[in-house]
Amino acid sequence: MAVTPQAKLDARKLRADFPIFEQAIHGKPLAYLDSAVTAHKPRQVLDKLRTFYETSYANVHRGVYTLSERATEEYEGARDKVARFVNAPSSREIVFVRGATEGLNLVAYAWGLDNLGPGDVVLVTELEHHSNFVPWQYIAQRTGAAFRAIPLDEQGELRLDALDEVAGSDRVKVVAVNLVSNALGTINPVEALAPWAHERGAILVVDAAQAAPHHAVDVQALGCDFLAFSSHKMCGPTSVGALWGRLELLETMAPFNLGGHMIRSVKLDRTTWGQVPAKFEAGTQPIAEAVGFGAAVDYLTAIGLDAIEEHERALAAQTLERLAEVPGVRLYGPPPERRAGIVSFNLEGVHPHDVAQVLDMDGVAIRAGHHCCQPLMAKLGVAATNRASFYLYSLPEEVDRLVGGVERARTLFA
Amino acid sequence: MSEFDQLYREVILDHYKNPRGHGVIEDADVSAEGQNPLCGDEVSIYVSFEPDDDTIDEVKFSGRGCAISQAATSMLMEMVKGRSAHEVAAMSKEDLLEEIGIPLTPIRLKCALLGLWTLKVALHKGKGTPLPEEAAGLDDLTLG
Repeated sequence: MAVTPQAKLDARKLRADFPIFEQAIHGKPLAYLDSAVTAHKPRQVLDKLRTFYETSYANVHRGVYTLSERATEEYEGARDKVARFVNAPSSREIVFVRGATEGLNLVAYAWGLDNLGPGDVVLVTELEHHSNFVPWQYIAQRTGAAFRAIPLDEQGELRLDALDEVAGSDRVKVVAVNLVSNALGTINPVEALAPWAHERGAILVVDAAQAAPHHAVDVQALGCDFLAFSSHKMCGPTSVGALWGRLELLETMAPFNLGGHMIRSVKLDRTTWGQVPAKFEAGTQPIAEAVGFGAAVDYLTAIGLDAIEEHERALAAQTLERLAEVPGVRLYGPPPERRAGIVSFNLEGVHPHDVAQVLDMDGVAIRAGHHCCQPLMAKLGVAATNRASFYLYSLPEEVDRLVGGVERARTLFA
Repeated sequence: MSEFDQLYREVILDHYKNPRGHGVIEDADVSAEGQNPLCGDEVSIYVSFEPDDDTIDEVKFSGRGCAISQAATSMLMEMVKGRSAHEVAAMSKEDLLEEIGIPLTPIRLKCALLGLWTLKVALHKGKGTPLPEEAAGLDDLTLG
């Protein structure tokens, strides 16, 4: 797509790229306000998948025949695109994984099992998605390391002032944090955490699943050591994602999955590993999905991440303002300037599932639940919240429909 | 000339069938073993130096693999004999590819360059010469 990145995006025009919006839900146009859980796919990505399967599909890194060479070129080309997307110093630092979850598990297992032990501390945050919480809790228990969480303030922002207190004089080895909270939309100050983590001798592991689709990510500027994200949240196919890691760390790590392609030589008494990233890509990879991931990167890059971020911020600000006027609505999370396009709220006396159900009757799709953030929900003192999340195809009138539906739910359950 | 004739031009087949410098130097000064995990090609390279401890006196290779990998390594043996270790360590892949003189796809490129990278690993081990990125990871695999 030869589109020059623009300061402002035209959501109405972009919407035409997404076939999913060509249908009615309960007789209404689909207002899909759940892009934080997964995003819809533009024709550019769908066409790429189809063309790839129809013209260039074969297994990669195996055959010497033309088709395999072509498939390998497309697959590795996608790796180059993903590397540029996060400003990775080298494409070899991009490992294709099943998604952010697998990327974070890879680090927890392959790095954690060999580098953690009694006396070490793993620090997560109260804001983490289970994917950057549970693997660390589990590996900490397996290795005898301590597991602690950086607390939040009332607005749902990390209390960096509490860092030294939480760490004490103990040996912090891992700091695991998300760049944007999927539950509250909080944009976390990862750049500020990096020097603290490194002074302590810890690695900084960033879950960027909620950030990469919506704003420009630069692994070098962040100063982190690992960063994981998923294709399906950024207009790409499911079942593929990327783990970026510093080459010197990836080189010293043990493999995670073992089998074909990840080896250099296999003998009865000893097996040696292939080079990074092959060492971490055992078995047949999601080849077409990775190629589609590359097409999604092209699509977002052409629109411009800054324009996408600005568009979503305006919608979130509009939503916060409008919902604040509805009696009985409680809003969670930071003010718009430190928040991505995510708004979490509750309506007094109405369970989120009921709010979401009423909205669905109007063709408005939102998430209702704990958002895979049970420790955060406990901290907020709620079982669940409603969550509206926006993307490049979201429209201002969809915010009106959301607020209208919440009003209706309030009247219905009054 | 057809694509097939270009790829398997006479000089490639000649080097494959009659490899130069094929064999093992039992008391080599340095050696290394390289493998191409994609297709299982293997090349071991042995080097001994002249009394100045820098000029390559004798260089040999053993191994098994496709015609491209074995012929390219055979050509490499002729190219480096009598040259200094540091000169060879600085040799670019283009120098060898020019000598091979056939069109190579990315995967076959790995076959063609296996010998060169393995030789660079050997020199790195023996003389501490720089190791190119492509050769990283080969060096945990030694005959010793």
